[in-house]
Amino acid sequence: MLTNTNTITSLGRQGLDFLAGAGRAGLMLLGALKPSGRGRKMVPLLIKQLYVVGVQSLTIIMVSGLFIGMVISLQGYTILVDYGAEQSLGQMVALSLLRELGPVVSALLFAGRAGSALTAEIGLMKATEQISSLEMMAIDPLHQIVAPRFWAGIISLPLLGAIFSAVGILGGHLVGVDWLGVDTGAFWSIMQSSVEWKEDILNGGIKSLVFAIVVTWIALHKGYDAVPTSEGISKATTATVVQSSLAILGLDFVMTALMFGS
Amino acid sequence: MISRKIEVLVGSFLLLGFAAILMLMLKVADSQLGGSEDSYRLYAKFDNIGGLKVRSAIKVGGVVVGRVADISLDNSDFSPLVAMDISAKFNQFPSTSSVAILTSGLLGEQFIGLTPGFVDEDEDTVLMADDHIEDTRSAMVLEDLIGQFLYGNSDEE
Repeated sequence: MLTNTNTITSLGRQGLDFLAGAGRAGLMLLGALKPSGRGRKMVPLLIKQLYVVGVQSLTIIMVSGLFIGMVISLQGYTILVDYGAEQSLGQMVALSLLRELGPVVSALLFAGRAGSALTAEIGLMKATEQISSLEMMAIDPLHQIVAPRFWAGIISLPLLGAIFSAVGILGGHLVGVDWLGVDTGAFWSIMQSSVEWKEDILNGGIKSLVFAIVVTWIALHKGYDAVPTSEGISKATTATVVQSSLAILGLDFVMTALMFGS
Repeated sequence: MISRKIEVLVGSFLLLGFAAILMLMLKVADSQLGGSEDSYRLYAKFDNIGGLKVRSAIKVGGVVVGRVADISLDNSDFSPLVAMDISAKFNQFPSTSSVAILTSGLLGEQFIGLTPGFVDEDEDTVLMADDHIEDTRSAMVLEDLIGQFLYGNSDEE
């Protein structure tokens, strides 16, 4: 009897903890996005974060994009050649990259490369009392620390997603045309006649933007909310990667159903 | 403060990102800058449109001159009504033109083939916006064809 009550109690506590965490995350974002009245001073902070979040993720994004494009091309060719339709290879590579793989894989890589770093950095700032010191100096840590990182994430990920797709298509061209001998004219023209910029490119961009908001938000919240111990920071970093990956895949299904489902 | 090197790297990252978007728009989607071009709308009624879709191509002798804008069912006689947007560059089709739903390859996607009719010297009639094309041929449905083939053969025996 007692154990049953304990189970129910802990279940309720978990539910309340979850709600409180979501509330803190929302308040944190509101506080960070509230106009601070010091717009120009934010620019150097933003550029610094664009470097950390965007430029430093560039290598992994470009290398993964190249290899994923090459693999789709190779796999697609072996299937399409059976039906004598290998000229549609460009269409297959472009559509799968623009609609799904570009936004999703770049967001997953971004969560692992940049999201975890954001969480660990802010968590360590909290553990070493840097956030409290900022408050002591009457500087709002939400404006000074959270806001530039949030905007940097939102600007970086859609650009990274576009770079991923572009490099992937070039990689697909490399394998399909230069190695397997698909005609280059057919590769591009069938791709061009099937890809619509509103239907495919814009929708992929919207996906990227939504993933950027979700991943950056989760990473910042986990860091800001971390238990300020080494164990707490490690848990928070893990939670960032796990929760953002799940959120990306779940949201991707919902958005795909809304955009391409009908 | 941030060093010059970081500023330059961030700048090139942003440029690279925009270049990628531009490449996707122009090279991959082949969309023209300057938005949608002028077009006028024609209508045609078919018995069966097969697998025709909105945004399927309309071709004259293999050259794309427009796209299918809308497909609906006429409520009065229950036949499919296809609205076609033809590029305003091609505005000299005679009103005796005919349209047919064709298939690219044996199992490829379907498109509308427009065959320009003869030009009547006496009365200068070209297809104008919102005109209906009367002479239409429906889609070839593979199942019907196979059925005809099978029953046609059994009749002869």
